[in-house]
Amino acid sequence: MKSRITIGRVITYIALIILAVSIIVPVGWVFLASIKENNEFYGNPWTLPKGFHFQNFSEAFSQARMGSYFFNSVMVTVIALALLLILALPAAYVLSRYKFRGNKLLNLAFMAGLFINVSYIVVPIFLMLVDGNKFLKQIFGGNVSFFLNNIFIMGLIYASTALPFTIYLLSSYFKTLPKDFEEAAYVDGAGYFKTMTAIILPMAKPSIITVILFNFLAFWNEYIIAVTIMTEDTAKTLPVGLMNLMAAQNAKAEYGKLYAGLVIVMLPTLILYMIVQKQLIQGMTAGGIKG
Amino acid sequence: MEKQKGRGRFIFFCVAPATILFLIFMVIPTINIFRMSFYKWGGYSPNKEFVGFNNFVTLFQDTKFLQSFQNTVLLIVIVTIVTFGLALIFAALLTRAKVKGTNFFRTIFYIPNILSMVVIAAIFSAIYDPDRGLLNGILGIFRGDAQAIAWLGDQKIVIYSIAGTLIWQAIGYYMVMYMASMASIPESLYESANLEGVSAVKQFFTITIPLIWTNIRTTLTFFIISSINLSFLLVTTMTDGKPDGATEVFLSYMYKQAYGNSSYGYGMAIGVIVFLFSFLLSAVVNAVTKREPIEF
Repeated sequence: MKSRITIGRVITYIALIILAVSIIVPVGWVFLASIKENNEFYGNPWTLPKGFHFQNFSEAFSQARMGSYFFNSVMVTVIALALLLILALPAAYVLSRYKFRGNKLLNLAFMAGLFINVSYIVVPIFLMLVDGNKFLKQIFGGNVSFFLNNIFIMGLIYASTALPFTIYLLSSYFKTLPKDFEEAAYVDGAGYFKTMTAIILPMAKPSIITVILFNFLAFWNEYIIAVTIMTEDTAKTLPVGLMNLMAAQNAKAEYGKLYAGLVIVMLPTLILYMIVQKQLIQGMTAGGIKG
Repeated sequence: MEKQKGRGRFIFFCVAPATILFLIFMVIPTINIFRMSFYKWGGYSPNKEFVGFNNFVTLFQDTKFLQSFQNTVLLIVIVTIVTFGLALIFAALLTRAKVKGTNFFRTIFYIPNILSMVVIAAIFSAIYDPDRGLLNGILGIFRGDAQAIAWLGDQKIVIYSIAGTLIWQAIGYYMVMYMASMASIPESLYESANLEGVSAVKQFFTITIPLIWTNIRTTLTFFIISSINLSFLLVTTMTDGKPDGATEVFLSYMYKQAYGNSSYGYGMAIGVIVFLFSFLLSAVVNAVTKREPIEF
């Protein structure tokens, strides 16, 4: 096919460029706004910053506690990812490659779990944690609050609610492997556990990386569970802290800090995206489902 | 395969932890939604009173709930049609029209999908701001000193502002997905169509769409469920249902009743409706879009 300059091609490029600009400009604008001084926010929003007012960042980190929220976000993301891999890898492996009683039922249950969104069940989860606290209070007395505002518990909830998607993704990979791998391993005298950890899991590395990428984004960006069960300021995560900054901006007109906060939340995901963009897009098209 | 000792134990220890946590944090909460919807239960008081279907009767007389129902349906329809339409067209353009810089466009278009909904809400609050917003800043050039448009303040406009944000968020993801499935369509089909003089538009409808139909169908079902969820997250973070309930959606109203207002029983009744609605809608979409699969 000859490549000619036609009206169709011009329109194509214009449409593509408009869409690209509609994404680059707002995101880029946030970065510029994060180094503006407060009085620069009055008047035309399209003006460039007059200088580099990095004080917004130090103010966001210290006054708005984004530093401590950042730490909480890192902690909960790491805990949730570790738990998720420990739980989902063996489960997906056995569910996809072993025949046993109840196998079909379990596979079906996890598939059905794909349709349950955390937003649907966040309030019952919260009430369950409240009940858990009441139960502990009856046993130990005093004012215990173990289940709410607990980073580990939140990590556990993140990991548990990510199980259906993760098991689905991993299973679809494990199913493609030929049976020969296990048979050869048994002939060599390797046990079930050894076969899984030494032979199957190393082969699944690309799928494991995809799982980590997707769930990192989901956990790092998660808002609704965090805002519901992390009621104390010391336990909040970055997205919740950002909502506080948005509210403060409306009340006190502190714009600089808000945009600095936005950059703090966005930057880790953008950097990760730039590094692993290819892997992420390939993995996504393999999974085919959006949470 | 020869059975080794400890096979059953191995299976149990691999599957049990995940299954137990799945039961605790997903299955039981789901069951609880249905169970609690039959109770009148407010606040932290231990008094739960069984009221049968009373909550549902109240629900269908609650104008605020009906408004949130209407808003949800409107958002699903607009966002689904525009997102899928544009995503398919852009994907076809990028794969078929031999555009330069495909990778660049693909990389950029995917960015909204990696941002937190809270970040997106903050960005679009800045875009839609009536006085200092980016959108009115641009429109000001064309409209002169006309009255600033209150994108998030006008009851008639605000739902479309929400829809616009949701489309912006989702379009790149689906485009990248369809690009992958379109790339697997054999080039020879298009070549013979070209020889026969079939126009590019007609090729799009007679070759591209039918051949990736299975993919479109699966994504459509999941998109509807995810748009119920995403509209909730966006509304909660950007407008909180304002002005005057004009942007309230299913789940935001449920969350307000159950968590904000502590009317757990009533809130869970809304949850039941959301569950039934999304399952029913998925089933309907699944049935309506059923076609004989075409092999290539």
